[in-house]
Amino acid sequence: MSLAHAWGALLRRDVILALRQRGQLANPLLFFVLVVALFPLGMNPDPNLLRSIAPGVIWVGALLAAMLALESMFRSDFDDGALEQMLLTPYPLPLLVLAKVAAHWLVTGLPLLLVAPLLAMLLNLEGQAVVILLASLALGTPLLSLIGAIGVALTVGLRRGGVLLSLLVLPLYVPVLIFAAGAVGNAQAGMAVTGQLAFLGALLALAVALAPLATAAALRISLD
Amino acid sequence: MGDFLHMGGYAPYVWLSYLLGLAVVLVNLWLPWRAEREVWRQLRRRRSYEEQMNESETP
Amino acid sequence: MWAWLHRLGSPKRFYGWSGTLARWAGWGSLLLGAAGLYYALFASPADYQQGESVRIMYVHVPAAWLSMFIYMNIAFASLTSLVWRIKVADMVAAASAPIGAWFTFLALATGSLWGKPMWGTWWIWDARLTSELILLFLYLGYIGLLAAIEERETAARAAAVLALVGVVNIPIIHYSVEWWSTLHQGATVTKLDKPSIDWTMLRPLLLMAFSATLFYVAVALRLARAELLRREADSQWVRALVDGHQGGGER
Repeated sequence: MSLAHAWGALLRRDVILALRQRGQLANPLLFFVLVVALFPLGMNPDPNLLRSIAPGVIWVGALLAAMLALESMFRSDFDDGALEQMLLTPYPLPLLVLAKVAAHWLVTGLPLLLVAPLLAMLLNLEGQAVVILLASLALGTPLLSLIGAIGVALTVGLRRGGVLLSLLVLPLYVPVLIFAAGAVGNAQAGMAVTGQLAFLGALLALAVALAPLATAAALRISLD
Repeated sequence: MGDFLHMGGYAPYVWLSYLLGLAVVLVNLWLPWRAEREVWRQLRRRRSYEEQMNESETP
Repeated sequence: MWAWLHRLGSPKRFYGWSGTLARWAGWGSLLLGAAGLYYALFASPADYQQGESVRIMYVHVPAAWLSMFIYMNIAFASLTSLVWRIKVADMVAAASAPIGAWFTFLALATGSLWGKPMWGTWWIWDARLTSELILLFLYLGYIGLLAAIEERETAARAAAVLALVGVVNIPIIHYSVEWWSTLHQGATVTKLDKPSIDWTMLRPLLLMAFSATLFYVAVALRLARAELLRREADSQWVRALVDGHQGGGER
């Protein structure tokens, strides 16, 4: 099998496997919606207040939902030994990791983008800001998956790695949160957003290049 | 002396800072002390166990 | 050069020279610290704006310096252990983590104590305090990962990867927090910054910072030595060491 062929096969396999377990897919998504919906209940549902906190609330919700979904990235493959097989294939491991992360993003990150406009509506976010919100999610959620993969790979061998995983990953998510929520906030205020989006794009490029290397190294250590 | 302890009205903040600094230093002196005590205790126990085994093997 | 480094990094050799270095660093730290405290508390002037509260700086700044220096050191040691497979490097990295976390905590606590009289509140989301808080989380994650993996060498290698990922992220985090705080607070929080600092204040600051650094060296080496003995308990040289000290003192 050529590398491109293997890459595509792995991506397709992971997406199909994930689609078979719809419940697991829906959980983070529901969580995202619930978290965001709770905020107006927890405070004054004044439209102006909601509008001003909307970028932060939606992005924190997306962050937590993405983190909740992370654990499933290597879990079942680790349990049934498929991960070990993957390490033994002649293909470069970082590229295979990239395929798995891409598949994971397609089934967990992309749905967040699809419900985001709905949540934006709930929080009175309007016009240009919704477009920027979608753009920031499109650039930001793959970043969350890529960075998260490193943390998952480090904790995959542990029985109770959940809390530790969040401790490892959340500090690394800080720049994504700041620039993404900042972009949406700027859009609301009618200010320029190209700077933040460009920064997110640069981070994404950096992460695509480096995160799979770190993830592959971490997987080799975890499965040693 | 009173002036010195008073720290121009900032006494609680200044002295609490130095106290915390001292506490952190003490904790970091205690950590290696405890680690060394533990490891030496382990090593000695192991050694005396081995010696007992040797003695019982060669009566 | 590399052969030389490997020789110095061999467990037995390391145990030998690190003991001496730790002792010297410890005494040096005590000496510089005593001088630093004298200048910090008695022989330096009060600030014309902040009054006597400026003396908190002599604890806060060295702690903050150490919190960053130690993380860099962990990352460097991690790289050494991953690339050149020098075992003592990962012991030094692991030994450094609790010290770094404690000094990060100290930097945060003294920053807060300094902030109360200066800003009127215990906590402010200023760029430096926020960065320091995130650094504390990075330390706690590193320590958590080390503790969670049973097998010591696996734990050390996994933690090394995490440290390297962290060190790549630190400048990005720092820059993003900086950008975020200027966006939300403007220039009001730069009250603690000074364009230049007078020698009478710089002197205790440097003394305390050097003292803190040497203190870290001494503590980290002693922790690493204990870990080394534990991992090498079965080796010939540790057995000989134990026999040599039978009935003698702790060391």
